[in-house]
Amino acid sequence: MPRRDPEYAFGAFGRLPVVFNGRLQPIDSLARNSLTRIREKDTANLEPTKAWYERPKIISATEWLLTLMTRPEVADGWKVFRVDHPELKAMLKLPEPNPAAGEDGKHYSWNQFGETGLKQIEESARNIQENKKDSSLRNAFDNATLGLYEAMTLYLRLKNTVHPQDTVRFASEIADYQKTIPAGVRAFQQRMTGSGTFDTNALTEVFGHTERYFVTLRGEPPLLIPPASGGDATFAWLRIGEALLEPSFGAPLLKHLMRVPKAELSPEAAAEGIRSAGTRPLSPAVGHWAAMADAFRESQVAGFNAAVAGYQTYLESLRLGKALTKTAREQLYNSFAPFSKTASLYIVAFLFSCGFWFNFAEWSRKTSLHLVQLAFVVHTLGLIARMWLEGRPPVTNLYSSAIFIGWGAVGLGLILESFWKNAIGLAVATVIGFSTQVVAHNLALGGDTMVMLQAVLDTNFWLATHVVIVTLGYAATYVAGFLAILYVVLGFFTKVMNADMGKSLSRMVYGILCFATLFSFVGTVLGGIWADQSWGRFWGWDPKENGALIIVLWNALILHARWGGMVRERGIMNLAIFGNIVTSWSWFGTNLLGVGLHSYGFMSGAFTALMVFVGSQCVLIALGLIPQAKWRSFSAAAGGAVKAPAASAA
Amino acid sequence: MISKLFQFLSSLRLTVVLLGLGVVVVFFGTLGQTSDGLYVAQERYFRSWFAYWTPHGSTFPVVPLPGGYLLGTMLVINLIVAHFTRFKWTWSKSGIFLTHIGIILLLLGQLATDMLARESIMSFREGDTRNYSESSMDFELAFLRSAGSNTLDQVVAIPAVRLKPGDELHHELLPFGIRVKEAYENARIRLRAPVMDSNRPPAATQGVGARIVIDAQPPTRTMDARNVPAAVIEISGPSSLGTWAVSGELKPQTVAVEGTEWRLEYRSVRDYKPFALTLLKTTHETYPGTDIPKNFQSRVRLRNAESHEDREVDIYMNSPLRFGGYTFFQYQMGKEQLADGGRGTSALQVVRNPSWITPYLGCILVGVGLLVQFLMHLTKFIAQRKPRAA
Repeated sequence: MPRRDPEYAFGAFGRLPVVFNGRLQPIDSLARNSLTRIREKDTANLEPTKAWYERPKIISATEWLLTLMTRPEVADGWKVFRVDHPELKAMLKLPEPNPAAGEDGKHYSWNQFGETGLKQIEESARNIQENKKDSSLRNAFDNATLGLYEAMTLYLRLKNTVHPQDTVRFASEIADYQKTIPAGVRAFQQRMTGSGTFDTNALTEVFGHTERYFVTLRGEPPLLIPPASGGDATFAWLRIGEALLEPSFGAPLLKHLMRVPKAELSPEAAAEGIRSAGTRPLSPAVGHWAAMADAFRESQVAGFNAAVAGYQTYLESLRLGKALTKTAREQLYNSFAPFSKTASLYIVAFLFSCGFWFNFAEWSRKTSLHLVQLAFVVHTLGLIARMWLEGRPPVTNLYSSAIFIGWGAVGLGLILESFWKNAIGLAVATVIGFSTQVVAHNLALGGDTMVMLQAVLDTNFWLATHVVIVTLGYAATYVAGFLAILYVVLGFFTKVMNADMGKSLSRMVYGILCFATLFSFVGTVLGGIWADQSWGRFWGWDPKENGALIIVLWNALILHARWGGMVRERGIMNLAIFGNIVTSWSWFGTNLLGVGLHSYGFMSGAFTALMVFVGSQCVLIALGLIPQAKWRSFSAAAGGAVKAPAASAA
Repeated sequence: MISKLFQFLSSLRLTVVLLGLGVVVVFFGTLGQTSDGLYVAQERYFRSWFAYWTPHGSTFPVVPLPGGYLLGTMLVINLIVAHFTRFKWTWSKSGIFLTHIGIILLLLGQLATDMLARESIMSFREGDTRNYSESSMDFELAFLRSAGSNTLDQVVAIPAVRLKPGDELHHELLPFGIRVKEAYENARIRLRAPVMDSNRPPAATQGVGARIVIDAQPPTRTMDARNVPAAVIEISGPSSLGTWAVSGELKPQTVAVEGTEWRLEYRSVRDYKPFALTLLKTTHETYPGTDIPKNFQSRVRLRNAESHEDREVDIYMNSPLRFGGYTFFQYQMGKEQLADGGRGTSALQVVRNPSWITPYLGCILVGVGLLVQFLMHLTKFIAQRKPRAA
């Protein structure tokens, strides 16, 4: 047996803190979110042509990112860019699938794009951005091009995170640079103040280094260097380029040089800036990063692990507040991936709940119930973890709204099941639970799901009240709609439905609709009150507000139609299915309009999905409109003794 | 006949139809915003009695719809008549009563807001003091005369809508008459190019008007642009003082009438307040390493001569200043050109809405009402099930 090599401490490395997208996060999150953005998966398969049973080499996102940051020449050869659009592949002359040559026709490496490919993609992307400003004008090719361009930009940003991408030995480079600083700064000050002659060589030497660091900053890489003074604030974090430039230029002058747009400096400020040049020491964190980068580049496992441990000790000495606990927990959350686990549980539970109807075995329902309960616990824990990590109520963006709608629907389904015990609550819970996870998964392909909230949303009070309540309203309306779908599908296609089950479904839909009306109404009005608080306008007819209002009106319509005896069991079911369309319009459709305060821009994928969903609901409503005599459950063939419940419903 | 009418007005069928039409109108009113812009769509679908929806690119009205006012009025009538005819008060219906009162309050409150609320903008640079806010839509033609160093300016302001070509306007405080020659809802001013514009005379004979031409523009409907009106007027004292071009884009001009200097200005309609705000400091923060705005904040000094109030206040997102019946919200923020001093600028949205309290009350009534009603349903339901389960 060969001796097992000691392993790189990727886990510990993945826990290290970094600031990106304006928030503190572990390297692990940065790596996973970036790789998901580029490759649509949070792991990197280095042998994409191999089937899973051939055991292709798959590495973690953290290992990929570390390699990209410290050994870009290696990472550039890895096929991590996912390109699907055939025209885009043709334009970039990317190879067709060819397993012998290691080409799967979907994943390509940075090197495969080449210089010309890079230029081409940049030109096309610019062209699209300028000529099709309105994003609804863009076609699939345009979106694929922009998507790849954004992925490439992100890749370049990451490449220069730790050091300039052509660095060979970072530690010795820094040592060389530091030697040039004193003489360089003196020459710089003499030149700027015009006092006597200055040493041109010293200036050239130090500028040779600083120029490289300025170049790394152009890509706006993540902020790697914590403030030496510690503290919780992310504002004091620096990019490594800035940390390297500070000893030469001093903090005030560097801040001025980095300012965008460029501005003049008052003579006093300039003089002060020049005087304070050369007074700052280099942050010790830079040295730690150099040690980690050099050890990894030279494949020294023990050296790398020691460097990571050394940096951790240094970080602990900084008193960064909750930062280190947070990054450790976020890494745990990432690796546990609660929501993909619940998605699988919901599928299995759904099958068991179906099993109950077809052989009426109680064990099948019980199994389903326990699986849903387990999934609900995991789902809840995942939500709580997100809330703790973000320091926010559960819903902060579209991604978390999907997770939360799923959670609310599963909760309601469990409550229904506890009353009726006929697996219907379970079926609805699992279908919505699973579907919302699919929606969330697709939204997560856009990158970080915990981005910071812009100023107007930065209020936990309204996020906790308006947003949570209105989202529960969505969840309840979906539950009613999916109950109605079950009624139509089971009634039309199977013999499972009978008058009793129809009656109980009808009561469930009614109860849930009451709940939905309450929540969507209160949530909508609270949104108005929030708007009154932040803009002085209770109701502004914003598309998202209107969407919520439509849900309220629709639910009220169903309730009044029922009270007035205008619709019976089947009519309520059809109206409730239409409620699915109404809710989806409010949840996604209004964001796609490109106007208003809740606009997230046009997403062609979301638009297609929405249209398919609306179409499917219309088909179900059409089925529901077919007279019940033609339904399998209620037709004479089903036994004749079962009377259509429509006649008996009050 | 009358009883038939009451039956119709109180019927649940009418409620359902109205709610359904509400869904349709709100939906089309939302779609309409993509082509018409928020303001126009709002006027067309919600602040109207009748509306129609026109598909994008078509000029033919396709779908006729009831407007928001009609639906709201009918719903209120439906609710009130139903309560007087059909409903009988019982404790078991108390939730429904509360809900319906709340909804009536919300609808009436919204109508009152529509009628009474006024929105304007107060924009200033750091160091500036303002005792007025400006309309973001409406303009006025103002004549100002300084009445000595210690007194306020004498101001005569004519609303832009009063300026119709051919009209003659007089005001007791103005020692001259005004004849409107041309008026534009939206126009752009540019310097007259002697060669290119050789076939176009200057816009006016006097002031800056002698050097410019006015290009009429189609009225804009988008949220981020506004109409800038322009006009050409003739001023006549004892004798004609020539024609003058005025526009929201032009700086004030001076007209001398019988030895008195009058300042002539086409400006946003102003709403003067009995107190003044001074912009002390603007703060605009983004999250580190991003462009995501984290905070916009204006520090202002509030001075009210009457009540001798003098204090400093921070106005930022979700934290407005409420004072004197007005509410000041942080709206926009910027920085002026470096050549002008590079000071921070801030725009506050100023809202006066006497009926602001109604949605709060309405929300509470409806929320409590629905909760009571549904809890009663639920407890009844659970009570019914218990014996069966046992």
